[in-house]
Amino acid sequence: MTAPLSVEGPAAPPRSNGELVFAEPWESRAFGMAVTLYEEGVFTWQGFQAALIARIAAWEAAPAEGECWSYYRHWLGALEDVLTGGGTVSAGEVTARAQALARRPTGHDHAHGHEHDHPDDHPH
Amino acid sequence: MTSDGSAEHLSPALRTEALEQLLTERGLVDPDAMDRLITRYETNVGPLNGAKVVARAWTDPAYRRRLLDDGTAAIGELGFGGPQGECIVVVENTATTHNVVVCTLCSCYPWPVLGLPPSWYKDPAYRARIVREPRTVLSEMGLELPGDVQIIVRDSTSEVRWLVLPERPAGTEGLTEEQLVPLVTRDAMVGVAKVEAP
Repeated sequence: MTAPLSVEGPAAPPRSNGELVFAEPWESRAFGMAVTLYEEGVFTWQGFQAALIARIAAWEAAPAEGECWSYYRHWLGALEDVLTGGGTVSAGEVTARAQALARRPTGHDHAHGHEHDHPDDHPH
Repeated sequence: MTSDGSAEHLSPALRTEALEQLLTERGLVDPDAMDRLITRYETNVGPLNGAKVVARAWTDPAYRRRLLDDGTAAIGELGFGGPQGECIVVVENTATTHNVVVCTLCSCYPWPVLGLPPSWYKDPAYRARIVREPRTVLSEMGLELPGDVQIIVRDSTSEVRWLVLPERPAGTEGLTEEQLVPLVTRDAMVGVAKVEAP
């Protein structure tokens, strides 16, 4: 169910009327995963939205000490909640994989100049 | 919720990357397709779409009636649709009534016509305060409304996405639809601003 979202015409890009929509690259990936999985029917939007509302409500009821408001942090949490709730992935394997990624040798990321041939930080 | 303990130690960027790897291995997401989806929302799907809808409604009375009657269908006539556009309800601002949109529980927003929401729309302060003291919040955002203007706060529900049809500013009677499009701002279509004549 690909949506016909592209815009024809030469008018000014919509960003000139708005702002950058993602502050960090991971936010865009979390957004893209949720929309993709919804379109594939892995979960319903209502289900995802309920998880998002629950995450936001929990944070607003008791904000984590020293943690700034981050909308996409809650978005990611909601995505993990619906996927683990539905058995698509387990929280443990996400954590294990993230820990493995964290152990990558320095030089993987942009801190070192000799890795310039990896413009994307996600696998293909 | 079970992941909270670990999330303390692992950055959201790492968890996101891990999740994308696992979903890619299961064949549930295609990173290249996701690149295209993200690019679409970063560059193509935005308030310009809504501006075209508004300018059409200002210049075509029959379209305006269809838009207020069935927002999703009339917006679809211009080729805009997709996720978060399934049930768009359009409300009209006038000299005496001012609608402003919020989603108090999360951040529901009509993506096909406005793109993804700006950070202030998602902020807990806006979401809580616009309901309690809309006139004050609008004033802080630069919109002073006369005391006799009725303010209606439209809170998104699980189904409805609101779009404000702003009042066409005086002095634009001679402008064409194409000339009107660039005047229409995202903020006016959320209801936190008015459209100004050029």
